[in-house]
Amino acid sequence: MSELRGIIVSHAAVAQALVAAVAAITGIEGALTPVSNEGCGTEALAQRLSQAVGTGPAVLFVDLPGGSCFTSSARYARQHAEIAVVTGVNLAMLLDFVFHRDVAPDEAARRAVDAGGKAIRVTAA
Amino acid sequence: MTLALYRIDDRLIHGQVVVGWGQPLNVSFIVLVDDEVRSSDWEQDLYRMGVPPNIEVRFASVDEAARELAVWEADPRVGILLVGDIDTAVALAERAPQVRRFNVGGVHHRAGRTERLRFVYLTDDEARKLRALVARGVDVTAQDVPTARAVPISEFA
Repeated sequence: MSELRGIIVSHAAVAQALVAAVAAITGIEGALTPVSNEGCGTEALAQRLSQAVGTGPAVLFVDLPGGSCFTSSARYARQHAEIAVVTGVNLAMLLDFVFHRDVAPDEAARRAVDAGGKAIRVTAA
Repeated sequence: MTLALYRIDDRLIHGQVVVGWGQPLNVSFIVLVDDEVRSSDWEQDLYRMGVPPNIEVRFASVDEAARELAVWEADPRVGILLVGDIDTAVALAERAPQVRRFNVGGVHHRAGRTERLRFVYLTDDEARKLRALVARGVDVTAQDVPTARAVPISEFA
């Protein structure tokens, strides 16, 4: 199985910043590719997405569970095999993902939801 | 209230519409007018996912929208009507003369289009169609979010 890649699909420069943060924390580079919807209509975003994914399995980490980043990602996943989509991307799920890329996209997506969700909490005062 | 915004946006339902305009207008329903989306349950589910449960989403073909427009305009709640391209806007305005305004909110780069504004790219033909709408008495301005200036058509088409 070829190693999974993560594509972060976001508004503005959120994706780029998350990629930089993961590299700064882990030293791992090349596992994640940022895609911004800045200035994109549906067609242009689909093209950016396609270029970023290339060939091989991937998980698309999307910022919001709706909107152009999400609809483009969901359409892409519907048209291509071995692509999973996770919404509500956060740094915690990406940090977990880059160390666990030897699984199928669906399993990586479930794992990301778990890791990302555990990081969201209200801390004690 | 009524349909507070008639918007041309090739992303259809997305953050700028739901949050950017939806919050300040206190929107209760969104009408998405698009023949292709109207015919696909899968696409409809996709667009519905981006909308909080307190906002109703309706999908309509151009023909259905022309028939239903009076009902939506008479709705006591505030709504937004969305189309994805200029041809759909023109088709709706032709079939429903009560359409008096369009907000150009996002028409992005594609082969043959040139940049008119940061968020508006048009072919010469699309620009001509927008000017024709204005000539028929439809108020057409470009504005991506409510806090931005409404750009008059003379500056982009």
